[in-house]
Amino acid sequence: MARAVSNRRKIIATTAGWLVGLLIFFPILWTILTSFKTEAEAIASPPSLLAFDWTLDNYFTVQERSNYFRHFFNSVVISLGSTVIGLAIAVPAAWSMAFVPAKRTKDVLMWMLSTKMLPPVGVLVPLYLIFRDTGLLDTRVGLVIVLTLINLPIIVWMLFTYFREIPGDILEAARMDGASLKAEILYVLTPMAIPGIASTLLLNVILAWNEAFWTLNLTAANAAPLTAFIASYSSPEGLFYAKLSAASTMAIAPILILGWFSQKQLVRGLTFGAVK
Amino acid sequence: MGRIVLQEVKKSFGHVTVIPPLDLEIEDGEFVVFVGPSGCGKSTLLRLIAGLEDVTDGRIQIDGSEATAVPPAKRGLAMVFQSYALYPHMTVRKNIAFPLRMAGLDKAEQEERVQAAAKVLNLSEYLDRRPGQLSGGQRQRVAIGRAIVREPAAFLFDEPLSNLDAALRVGMRLEISELHERLKTTMIYVTHDQVEAMTMADKIVVLHAGVIEQVGSPLELYRTPRNLFVAGFIGSPNMNFVTGPEAAKRDAHTIGIRPEHITPSSTDGAWKGKVGVSEHLGSDTFFHVHMEDRPDPITVRAGGEVNLHHGDTIYLTPDESCIHRFDDRGLRIA
Repeated sequence: MARAVSNRRKIIATTAGWLVGLLIFFPILWTILTSFKTEAEAIASPPSLLAFDWTLDNYFTVQERSNYFRHFFNSVVISLGSTVIGLAIAVPAAWSMAFVPAKRTKDVLMWMLSTKMLPPVGVLVPLYLIFRDTGLLDTRVGLVIVLTLINLPIIVWMLFTYFREIPGDILEAARMDGASLKAEILYVLTPMAIPGIASTLLLNVILAWNEAFWTLNLTAANAAPLTAFIASYSSPEGLFYAKLSAASTMAIAPILILGWFSQKQLVRGLTFGAVK
Repeated sequence: MGRIVLQEVKKSFGHVTVIPPLDLEIEDGEFVVFVGPSGCGKSTLLRLIAGLEDVTDGRIQIDGSEATAVPPAKRGLAMVFQSYALYPHMTVRKNIAFPLRMAGLDKAEQEERVQAAAKVLNLSEYLDRRPGQLSGGQRQRVAIGRAIVREPAAFLFDEPLSNLDAALRVGMRLEISELHERLKTTMIYVTHDQVEAMTMADKIVVLHAGVIEQVGSPLELYRTPRNLFVAGFIGSPNMNFVTGPEAAKRDAHTIGIRPEHITPSSTDGAWKGKVGVSEHLGSDTFFHVHMEDRPDPITVRAGGEVNLHHGDTIYLTPDESCIHRFDDRGLRIA
């Protein structure tokens, strides 16, 4: 039976929800607002929220000083490349773990997840040296490899959870109906798992797009994505807040729009398994 | 053709043997029911025949050819699952046509066979619907449709009616029996419901802890159960078992008497007791009778009009010709 919820409770819960949402969104909102201020207004104290002279100068300056579209292109290549390769590896891996588990499958999954517990800086030096020696420094290929490997545990976990929800009976029925392994995956499993695969893909694109540690440390000029583009406006003197904000806004805008339009899919993918 | 022979078939999961070596022959066109309590290995046995589980030891032959290592798709068998296992993203038409598509039949022939199966199963008007838009009974019919279009050597049913409500179950039971009459194809049917077993089977295989307790026609099992387990499992309500002096009088360790083979009376009879719970079904009444020297009540079937109530004294007279005698190992005494 559904529990009756009083109007007062509903109002409190809704207000609390909006407050938390606003609190999380506030830094992004502040960045966007600052990007329309002059450098002087950006550091003014007390700061003004909306009452300032709105200007687009920062955006023009940023585009003049650095090539936004080159960084944008790098970000697209790196995030999509690592996602596509990651999925190509993770779909069969998750299939086998979900439907033909071995004695140690759970341990393998835990081990994969444990790699995420290691602070990335712990492997920076060896990885940097490997990249230097193999000529992968400041290349898109190098970044695609690193980001694929970094996000692979999460993709495998997500797909594994998703596949596990698909009843084994249906795959057995397909086998009884004469389907080969390829036909079983192609005609039965994949169409049933498309929502899960789609949300995994989206999440991975977002993670790869926002990844800053490796992209900053392994690139210089050629392969630098938007994260490096933002960082180039951060100076120790802190004199370019408005430009930095404009660069940040330009960098997060594409992923923000993508996330906004696919939020339903994302939430479904992230809560899958928790709610049937 | 659908003759299936199991020779010394054994199944273990790790160190646990769920089916000790067993032999079984299923003749072409037979309707065989595997029956037994939960966990007795009946579904595992069916899955071994289907090829969904590998046998640990022994051989399976289908129509005279070796099938032990043949993958499920190549055994020429069709299976209907308890959960229906329909493809949720496909329409009824595509679900039924799926095995034909996998077999590489051309579209025209696929459609022809789908239409024929849909007609038999009264599904013609639902062909463009998805499984989610159908009732439980309709879904089960789609699952059967998917099995019959293949024209398999044998049908395997894994508790196909367990998810249906009681009324629908009776209807589907008749439909499956009629289908068997019409197709004359071998059917192997797994159930824990002995009423389904008795009403549908040509041959019943009673399983207990992976071991075949008895194989025979429903009436053979009812009339001459080989041991206490079969005697207690077949028949509804269950057979009454009596030990002690009454059994010793008849040169047995235990005697069994079915509720329908005891005559109740309010005036005189062989055994005296008091009426406990009485279940009035209209056509029949079941009395649970408590007797002084017995912990368990004796169940008696009487006509619908017998007027006895809780606490009344009742006299019971067993039909001597219908008493089953068992020795101290629980085996039938001829």
